[in-house]
Amino acid sequence: MTPTSPLIAKRRGRSAVFGLSLLRFLAIVATTYFGLLAVTFFIGRVIPIDPVLAVVGDRAPAHVVERARETLGFNLPLYQQFFLYMKAALTGDFGISVLTSNPVLTDIRRVFPATMELATVGTLIGTLLGVPLGVLAAVKRGSLVDQVVRVVGLVGYSVPIFWLGLLALLLFYARLQWVAYPGRIDVVYEYSFTPVTGFYLLDSAWQGQWDVFRDVFRHIILPAGLLGYFSLAYISRMTRSFMLNELSQEYIVAARAKGLSESRIIWRHALRNAAVPLITVIALSYAGMLEGSVLTETVFSWPGLGLYITNSLQNADMNAVLGGTIVIGSVFIGINMVSDLLYRTLDPRTRAR
Amino acid sequence: MTNLLTVEDLRVSFPTRSGTIEAVRGVSFTLGKERLGIVGESGSGKSQTGRAIMGLTPPHAKITAKTLNFAGVDLLTASAHSRRQMRGNRLAMILQDPKYSLNPVMTIGRQIVETLRTHQRISKADARARALAMLEAVQIREPERVFALYPYEVSGGMGQRAMIAMMLIADPELMIADEPTSALDVTVQLDVLRILDRLVAERGMGLIFISHDLRLVSSFCDRVIVMYAGKIVEELAAIDLPNAKHPYTQGLLNCMPTLGTDRHPLPVLQRQPEWAL
Repeated sequence: MTPTSPLIAKRRGRSAVFGLSLLRFLAIVATTYFGLLAVTFFIGRVIPIDPVLAVVGDRAPAHVVERARETLGFNLPLYQQFFLYMKAALTGDFGISVLTSNPVLTDIRRVFPATMELATVGTLIGTLLGVPLGVLAAVKRGSLVDQVVRVVGLVGYSVPIFWLGLLALLLFYARLQWVAYPGRIDVVYEYSFTPVTGFYLLDSAWQGQWDVFRDVFRHIILPAGLLGYFSLAYISRMTRSFMLNELSQEYIVAARAKGLSESRIIWRHALRNAAVPLITVIALSYAGMLEGSVLTETVFSWPGLGLYITNSLQNADMNAVLGGTIVIGSVFIGINMVSDLLYRTLDPRTRAR
Repeated sequence: MTNLLTVEDLRVSFPTRSGTIEAVRGVSFTLGKERLGIVGESGSGKSQTGRAIMGLTPPHAKITAKTLNFAGVDLLTASAHSRRQMRGNRLAMILQDPKYSLNPVMTIGRQIVETLRTHQRISKADARARALAMLEAVQIREPERVFALYPYEVSGGMGQRAMIAMMLIADPELMIADEPTSALDVTVQLDVLRILDRLVAERGMGLIFISHDLRLVSSFCDRVIVMYAGKIVEELAAIDLPNAKHPYTQGLLNCMPTLGTDRHPLPVLQRQPEWAL
């Protein structure tokens, strides 16, 4: 046997393990998805809203109500309804929104990118600022920096976002004129700019329309900054406590005994280990924002998912609400998958199992 | 023979809210290129002595000494930067449990290479070759394979050998081994000790071996220091250990069962308050 052969055998073993875990992974996703559909179906049937009435109105004659009930499939036995619901949901057909009379999926395709763009920029801000702040607070524990980070975090935790949003608008838009007014884009560009993906920052950059990009940026920066601040508050606290835990480990003493520089010990050794649980924290905060932050979207007139679902709910538009719920559920499943994969790449110990 | 390390009246104390804790209270010894054992129970200050020499005491600790000299360098006045450059390069330390003292998310090979590349300008390929040679020197049979493994994938004995490789690769002049075998299986302890012993002898290094195992220390070291409550209570050559004068050392020796005799009950160490004075 050559000395390299065990290495190859090991690699092959790893890929087999990975193949198996991928299968298990898909099974878990399928089960979760089934559960999600079952729960949303159940909710749709038990709430005291008659979806037929929402369509035809409460003054419709009896035969119209009956016909609507049949076209919507509510005369069928429950298990058949569930089957049809599953089939429709899996093909992305959530029915027609009563409020907008568009297919729900079309509506969601329009509003979800708005929310996702906001959430992504917000999470980027929260992570890029929150992680270094948390690291700094942990390294300089008990110092002035630590106290400042603590207060910043506490304010982020406890101040209501709509209040802070209004104040921020008053200061940065009304007084200082640094940012644009609420909404995603200026009226001027609303007709000259055709979005492709619905992510305005990407679309305008892709099309080389830098004036549009600048305008979109001026619109998104304030709400995204606020969302980012709230996730920063959470992320920096968690980073601090994960880092304190890692910095007290023996391998840090060993790294010092090796003569490594302090910055290498902090960023390459401690943070690299703290990153493993941090992934979950960041992913959860991102997923939370992807639900659509109703308050932020209301204050900033952001045409996102949160606003859409809230409006639908208030108008008894059950198709839209259930469709939105399923989309949010799918997003959660997707983000969990991604953070699981990241977990595997970051922590070698989870790969073996 | 010039002394590699001179320690005179070393004191380490930790100020806390409820008063100052004095972990080390006036320890003096000298070390040449020999193997010195420091024995003592938990809290006797033996580990803190080692860490003070390494410069690894927490920042809030207070360290004073009349002399703390390593190969002509005054460690008390040396800058933090120059002390860092000495660590891993001229002074190295092996910690107790490889399960915790190796970075769990870095391969063993990278951790060894890291020590080398911190202190020497050396290409990645050369560093890798040196690390593989070092792994072979600590008697790891498949260095190529172990190089790519993560710490959780190896046994305690192999992990500790990797630790030794990581700390010896830059050829330090003094090695402080802080309970290097206490976390290991008894059957592996002797293997690891033998490897450490051979490498220390081959490279002509000084060794401070910190342990609570008097028997182990006496069979492995040239000289033994016995510490109690932050002070040295006795210093003697390892072969003279049976003739120890201090009652604490005698007590420690008496606690050990001997083969062939049937002593019941085993004597228990009786601590005297005046030892701690």
